[in-house]
Amino acid sequence: MTQSPLSRRAFLSRSAALGCSAAASPLLTPMSFASAPGDNRLVVIILRGGMDGIGVVRPYGDPAYRALRGNHPMVSETGPVDLDGYFAIHPALRPLMPLWDAGQLGFVHAVSTPYRDKRSHFDGQDLLEAGTPDLGHAKARDGWLNRLMTTMPGITVRTAFAIGRDNMAILSGSAPVSNWSPDSDLLLTPQAMLLAEMVMAEDPRFAAALTEAFGLAGSDGDPVSSMANEGDMLADMQQDMLAAARGGTEKKIAEFAAQQLRGETRIASFSLNGWDTHNSQARGLHTALTRLSEVILELRSGLGPVWEKTAIVAMTEFGRTVKINGSQGTDHGTAGAMVLAGGAIRGGRVVADWPGLDESALYQRRDLMPTRDVRAHAAWLMRELLGSSVSDLEATVFPGLEMGSNPGLIL
Amino acid sequence: MPFDPVLAEIRFGCGLSPTLAPAPSTEAMLTALRAPDAMAKRFPIEAFDTFRARMIERARLGDIRRENRGSPESRAAVKAIRKLNQVARVDASQWLGQTLMRRTWTTNGLRERLAQFWGDHFTARGKTGVIRRATSPYIEEAIRPHLTGRFEDLLIAAVTHPLMLHYLDQMNSVGPNSTVAGRRKKNAGLNENLAREVLELHTLGVDGPYSQNDVRQLAELFTGLTFQVQNGFKFNKHFAEPGPETVLGTEYGQDPARLRDIHRALRDIARHPATARHIAGKLAVHFVSDTPPEALVEALTQRYRETDGDLMQVYDALLNHPDAWGPLVNIKQPIDFLGSSCRALCVEPELMATLDERALQLNIIQPMGLMGQIWERPEGPDGWPEEDTQWITPQGVAARLQWAVAIPQVLRPDLPDPREFVQIALGPLESPATSFAAKAAESRADGIGLILASPAFQRH
Repeated sequence: MTQSPLSRRAFLSRSAALGCSAAASPLLTPMSFASAPGDNRLVVIILRGGMDGIGVVRPYGDPAYRALRGNHPMVSETGPVDLDGYFAIHPALRPLMPLWDAGQLGFVHAVSTPYRDKRSHFDGQDLLEAGTPDLGHAKARDGWLNRLMTTMPGITVRTAFAIGRDNMAILSGSAPVSNWSPDSDLLLTPQAMLLAEMVMAEDPRFAAALTEAFGLAGSDGDPVSSMANEGDMLADMQQDMLAAARGGTEKKIAEFAAQQLRGETRIASFSLNGWDTHNSQARGLHTALTRLSEVILELRSGLGPVWEKTAIVAMTEFGRTVKINGSQGTDHGTAGAMVLAGGAIRGGRVVADWPGLDESALYQRRDLMPTRDVRAHAAWLMRELLGSSVSDLEATVFPGLEMGSNPGLIL
Repeated sequence: MPFDPVLAEIRFGCGLSPTLAPAPSTEAMLTALRAPDAMAKRFPIEAFDTFRARMIERARLGDIRRENRGSPESRAAVKAIRKLNQVARVDASQWLGQTLMRRTWTTNGLRERLAQFWGDHFTARGKTGVIRRATSPYIEEAIRPHLTGRFEDLLIAAVTHPLMLHYLDQMNSVGPNSTVAGRRKKNAGLNENLAREVLELHTLGVDGPYSQNDVRQLAELFTGLTFQVQNGFKFNKHFAEPGPETVLGTEYGQDPARLRDIHRALRDIARHPATARHIAGKLAVHFVSDTPPEALVEALTQRYRETDGDLMQVYDALLNHPDAWGPLVNIKQPIDFLGSSCRALCVEPELMATLDERALQLNIIQPMGLMGQIWERPEGPDGWPEEDTQWITPQGVAARLQWAVAIPQVLRPDLPDPREFVQIALGPLESPATSFAAKAAESRADGIGLILASPAFQRH
């Protein structure tokens, strides 16, 4: 599909000749810096499936750890890496060690949402993204990142981006949000593109959306236009669908996120799947963490100087059982870990009020005990990164939350 | 504007077809709705009670797996569970194919639209295991047979359905003073989820005249509504909170608890003026405009109240109101877009039947997801958004355009001439731009795609 791709610039000049210009798009309003929503960037990654916090940030200094999980070396040259003499990270996160050393990678441990006991992915993710104390609590059917935006000045439709194919409930709500799935192409012949603009011009809403789509599709690494015939287009579209089904689209998502965040976008959110490691966890967790690591490194290289102003926070619906189950995996648990990265964070440490792994210290004698609400950490992060007020955070973003003391996650 | 058969077919039906004529009058539309459900017979979808056999089998295999961990029997059971889930997934994809065929070949598109509307109003889905594939069977069993009756019967069928009891956690709701709560320590509390959504979403509406206390009381009244995999719905009085409950000022319930008291409460709530207004508003928004004329909503509300929620009467009021015949402004949801595309393309049932699960994923299900509608997976119990702005996004428009150019050739290998197709698909809505695009396109696929993606085809 590489036959004579038409560049975005060339395409726009041709469409301008036809009377359709990007400047007419209400979605492409030039940004006013006076009312811009700050200069820092927030990336929220939802780790769907329940990340095993203990398997990722391993409390090898805890005397009970070895008995529970000790079928691997605690730290080694090529395996798990010691962080602080008490915690070690999973070998798959080794590529992130330079960030740790630079204070740009950190973890929060033994935290959870207020969700308890039922351990359903479905409800757990709903609550994580709703940001409410319980699912029946609020009438709100919106997500906490969207509610955050309602408290920010000068937002535009490009201020926040939901990226990828998953529904991002965390960003749904009344504030305008962009969404794009960079693994989907918009492949048309140049002639069809011009005709599409002409047809869409009958409804300004469609015309604006299409202009925007051409821009996004042209900027996500694939050609917008091609001289291919119709059979090729079908094959290409189906190939995209197959690739998405197989996974491996994370890198494109991270690339695209970085590109938007270098511009007008301040908030990006997407999900990474594959954390539900009921069986053969050694393999499954390695794969999922490798993806997370690649995504973080892709964001760092893609963001360039903006990395310094960026905080990435990765959170999951719940942790997993401390014990390994009969099929060398772990089952749904309660407290787990958060991953923080970016030039704006105060990293190089594991923030935890460690509850211990003794059976008596566990939640219901099976799960890591939650010592703090993940929302409190997320709230403090937004307080310091974006300057949100405590009252907005406790009343609007996370209704009913008491933020408590400041864990100092941001430089 | 008076009744117009073409407008009616687009706004209240599944779009224009080259072979099936629109109904000549609103009376004919309503008469067809009263007639037997021909499409359900021609393109069957498994009813939930049949689907339940899969859940029984899943439970049996689960027992084998647990009891003999590590044994060959257990390993065989694990394999069988995987197979069972896979078969359900494949069958569920076929049910989407059937749904599209019903829209393609019906002469009463209003029934298909109403099934979608009420299935969405009473959104329910399975949360874990094989029941995740049970949404279409639920709609087939609880929604579709009740489209033309009284709202209260539809309400009772949907709210007491096993899938709803599962989705909104009613199965785990136990009266704090019930017999079961006395015996159990764990899982012995009230769950308000279903009671809240019944008042907020299904009946009175979020601005309706109810309080937290009404939610609580209704939740107490609902205790006992449960479901057993082996036997289906069951009212279990041991779960029931003793004593009467007062909901919206009326007292219900006695000891021992009876299902009929719950039904009585649901019927009363269904007949509440706020419910009439809420349902009238939702129908007007769904079929006419995001901001429907007040006179239309008022007329539907009146008819609802006069007839105690006789849905045929409400549809009659809708179809015969002058404000229901203004210009088309609502944007089709992806399912409506794909359904009306299949209808305009005359997709043959024989061809649809040849598409296996993978083909359905590639050509229908995943593209729909990119358009913003992950099939049968709305974000919450409030279902899919009605606001047009939620659908006319860069991603949504791009996905519709890409589908329209690439996929029709799979569904209709002998694509029609775009110059003729533009008349079939758009009828009198054909514009200079669409007819020019139909002529100027370099290929049939492009021409068809531009017509289907055009704003005129996206509205209904």
